[in-house]
Amino acid sequence: MKTVEEIKAAIDAAVPGAGVEIVPNPSVSAQHSLRLAPEAAVAVATFLRDDAELSLDFLSNATGVDWPDKEVAEKVKVTRLVTKTVDGVETTAEETVEETQKHVVPGCLEAVYHLFSVARGHGPVVIRMKTANRTDGVQLPSLTPVWRSAEFQEREIFDLFGIVFTGHPDLRRLLMWEEFKDHPMRRDYVEPDDFEYEPTAHDDVLKRAEAHRSREQGSGIRDQERGVEAAQ
Amino acid sequence: MSSSATDISVDLAKPPGWNRPPLIEPDGEGELLELAMGPHHPSTHGVFRMDVALDGERVIRLKPVFGYLHRNHEKLAEGMSYLASMPFTDRLDYMCPLTNNWAYALAVEKLTGQEVPERAEYLRVILGELTRVVNHASAIGFLTQEMGASGTPLMYAFREREKILDLFEALTGARMMVNYMRFGGCRVDATPAWLAGVRKVLDGLPKFADEFENLLCSNEIVMARAQGVGILRPELAVNAGITGPMLRASGVNYDIRKVDKYGIYDRFKFRVPLGDHGDVYDRFMIRLLEMRESFGIIDQALKDIPGGPVMDPKAKVRGFRPKAGEAYGRIEGPKGELGFYLISDGGPNPYRYRIRPPSLINLTVLEDMCLGSNVADVVLIFGSVDIVLGEVDR
Amino acid sequence: MIISGTVTKKMAPQVVRLYNQMAEPKYVIAMGACAISGGPFKQGYNVLKGIDRYIPVDVHIPGCPPRPEALLHAFITLQKKIDGQSLTGENRPRHLNVEAQSEFPVPVQGEHDLEPASNPGVWPVEIKTGTKGLGTRD
Repeated sequence: MKTVEEIKAAIDAAVPGAGVEIVPNPSVSAQHSLRLAPEAAVAVATFLRDDAELSLDFLSNATGVDWPDKEVAEKVKVTRLVTKTVDGVETTAEETVEETQKHVVPGCLEAVYHLFSVARGHGPVVIRMKTANRTDGVQLPSLTPVWRSAEFQEREIFDLFGIVFTGHPDLRRLLMWEEFKDHPMRRDYVEPDDFEYEPTAHDDVLKRAEAHRSREQGSGIRDQERGVEAAQ
Repeated sequence: MSSSATDISVDLAKPPGWNRPPLIEPDGEGELLELAMGPHHPSTHGVFRMDVALDGERVIRLKPVFGYLHRNHEKLAEGMSYLASMPFTDRLDYMCPLTNNWAYALAVEKLTGQEVPERAEYLRVILGELTRVVNHASAIGFLTQEMGASGTPLMYAFREREKILDLFEALTGARMMVNYMRFGGCRVDATPAWLAGVRKVLDGLPKFADEFENLLCSNEIVMARAQGVGILRPELAVNAGITGPMLRASGVNYDIRKVDKYGIYDRFKFRVPLGDHGDVYDRFMIRLLEMRESFGIIDQALKDIPGGPVMDPKAKVRGFRPKAGEAYGRIEGPKGELGFYLISDGGPNPYRYRIRPPSLINLTVLEDMCLGSNVADVVLIFGSVDIVLGEVDR
Repeated sequence: MIISGTVTKKMAPQVVRLYNQMAEPKYVIAMGACAISGGPFKQGYNVLKGIDRYIPVDVHIPGCPPRPEALLHAFITLQKKIDGQSLTGENRPRHLNVEAQSEFPVPVQGEHDLEPASNPGVWPVEIKTGTKGLGTRD
């Protein structure tokens, strides 16, 4: 099987301007992936499927990942004009100061596809596509015209993450009901608060549970058998 | 019915327009009957709904609807450690908990690079193949029930299933939700008495398979109802991501045990049965033949199983933090390719935990197979896909 | 009706509708930890934390999964419960009691959750919200 670099070279030769990058995988599994630009993704996918040597005709797994916005704090050396009083004389001089600057790295949603080859027996080849951001730029081209097995899996990614796949024949929710408005697998999803109490009670919930217990003591069947008096 | 050869090439000539199901025009006058089969229905394997539009008895359109058992396993796993997700994998495909455990353990071992001792690998193979026997026997039993046999062949299959579930209980402590595999081996070692029990059950299984085959495969009703129904072409099967007995019944020689050779499967001699037509009858027979191959594998494993530990002594099972990265591990489960995709960010919980469900993806072509056939055949075709809703919806 | 397995919020209206369609005398067995209270999947956005939020349950079978013997024990317990009911008075069954409610309102699948979160006659604890979704909790 070709290595990731060779596959990238083959794609660049066949689909010019494809914009493919290699994403290394630091874990032991060494399953490196290729990041595709959304514009040329369908062309690259068709090449991967139809090429005689690669022959990646089997899409095994299509999934989504949520990378939320991250606040990054960096120590930056900044040159600034500082006014200092030396021996009663005011002078302005330039000084290099280290200060911490915070900025927000915008997040994105990502679709990851695992491809195998039934004809050749090799794989997996991992390809990924990132959306522009997590709010309004969530469109990605659908790979269902290339591999039919993406049909339900892309619907599920739309349902749970919110990526809109353009070119999908039937994009509607798969697992949640149609009126549902949220995308539950996103990291900032807050689920409805319909618990009545925590399973392992602590703090004031523990006090309430103990009051409940003492009120109920003596009213159960085993307590009656043992002859425990009911508390008032 | 041909056995496997060493080459795995298949002619994938693609006629145009094959990616979408063909349109069927209703003939005659009148309206289409829209029928919702499910979610509460005696012949759907769980809470599953099919919206079919019928012209008389012929199916014009079929849309499956799932999500009635969606228990957000993937989101739960992001809040728990790796080991804490293991009991939840039991409940995915609740007919085959051991192979689910094995797939998850394999994926984590791929992520961390842990080694599994020999004895644990042999035990995994024995338990995995026993699970395959249980699953295929039940699938055939349910298929005959959908043909109208009212449960009697199903009870023959369940009789064998009970014997195997007793073995699981003796080893792991639970009949079904076993929570047995661990990252780097198995939880408990097997005693020689247990292995002798497996040998005893195994000696009775070929007779059961013969009985099943005689009872059903020369049966006129089965042949008339199942042959030529729900045909799936091999090119469509590969492109739609179908795996497991459905794929092999269409003639495509792709068995992950032979392709990936995960675990120690390269040490066992077994054949991969292939079908010629891709209809319901072929899927029926493929499962029966795979059961027989599983008997052979268990026999070889019982002969060769070595002594030793079942868990790597240096393996850290609780509180371990794999290095950041990702891995995709898959096995040939009884229903198809069961894969787990894990992304780790270096913490104790997985960042992304994804299950590749064979049952969901095998349902992609349900509409293609059912168009043009009768409603009664829809039930049969759906049964031959052999799904479990716990896996479809996770 | 035996409710076995997890009841999800997508399936809950169907279950309540089925219960309403059953003829009297009707009894409900909640089988498994998931049907009783949500079980191991309790932290689920789609999991209904117990079917006894919407319909009255007569026998609960704990276990995940319950053993076959537990199911048989549940049937026997239900039979004993039915035997313990008298024909008149306080202890009479629901189908002999004109004021007893035998059909319950079916929940509607709203934008973030089922509405209402529980049926007031059936589930005694008031659940504050069924409409929280994305955003911060107040």
